[in-house]
Amino acid sequence: MKGMTVELLAEISGNVNAIGYGLAAIGPGIGIGILVGKALEGIARQPEATSILRTNMFLGIAFTEALALIGLVAGFLFV
Amino acid sequence: MLTALMPMATDDDGGFKAPTVGEFFPGELIFVGTPFAMTRINLMGLLMAGVVCVFFVMAFAKPKLVPSGVQNLGEMAVDLVQKNVIDEALGEKGKKYAPYLISMFWLLFAFNITGILPTMHLAISSVIAIPVMFAVIAWLVFNIQGVRALGFFHYMKANLFPPGIPWPIYLLVTPIEFVSTFLLRPLTLTIRLLANMMAGHLLLVLFFSATSALLLADGFVKIFAIPSFIMGFAFTLFEILIAVLQAYIFTLLTAVYIDSATSEEH
Repeated sequence: MKGMTVELLAEISGNVNAIGYGLAAIGPGIGIGILVGKALEGIARQPEATSILRTNMFLGIAFTEALALIGLVAGFLFV
Repeated sequence: MLTALMPMATDDDGGFKAPTVGEFFPGELIFVGTPFAMTRINLMGLLMAGVVCVFFVMAFAKPKLVPSGVQNLGEMAVDLVQKNVIDEALGEKGKKYAPYLISMFWLLFAFNITGILPTMHLAISSVIAIPVMFAVIAWLVFNIQGVRALGFFHYMKANLFPPGIPWPIYLLVTPIEFVSTFLLRPLTLTIRLLANMMAGHLLLVLFFSATSALLLADGFVKIFAIPSFIMGFAFTLFEILIAVLQAYIFTLLTAVYIDSATSEEH
């Protein structure tokens, strides 16, 4: 069309890193939810296995959580 | 006044200023200009390491069969790590590593808990030097113990060539195993501890500095200082939990790495 000008409809200001960290938190969030839920399910079914399940749950959380934390650190690194 | 008590990131005019990474790089305090220049964080680290040393020396300098006083506390401290970490992850062969793992747990806890201790307000492990040092030591311990237990070639074979898969897959599996065992393990140990303590400190600064800024603001906005303060307080309690949990996870992972490095089967 003739005479159409490009108009600025919306603008984002601020730090894009915040969005990046938000995205990085989605996966590990879901992961930890599933992980702890399953561990609790196992504990409820078999209370005598509590200690080994809990140890392994913390191990799993540690590995899953690392991803979210790398997202956080990356936000500070690549400013 | 409230502002005097809190880890502040406000301007002089009391306006809100979001916390930055600058929080973790305070100025040098003593021996300025020499290679031994020390910041607030270094001094806190020396102090907390001293506290841990003095505590354990006091507890076990003259051990008695029936413990009393500080020795009770010391035995509780040792028992906690022995039962929850060493017995769970290493079992019988954990005896050899008990001194290393127990002292690591309590040092890490002491370095983490300064994040919420009044007048300190900054976890010593939220600067990378501390986590990286602990991770390098853990890496050396599990590799050296693995080589000593299995011999160099057997250790490498057990780690890089997991049995029971057809040989072409090794082209894919071996590099992945190498990266995950020898590079990512110390890296994730470091980043996990560092980022947790860093995030915790930033959260606390954010809430308390918002409390102060809102309190000094004009008009009805003042009342939002209350929920901000409550959140800050709640996260202070949460940080205590995180301090214990991160020390626990770091020690547990080290124990698991030692266990997997020194056992025959994978």
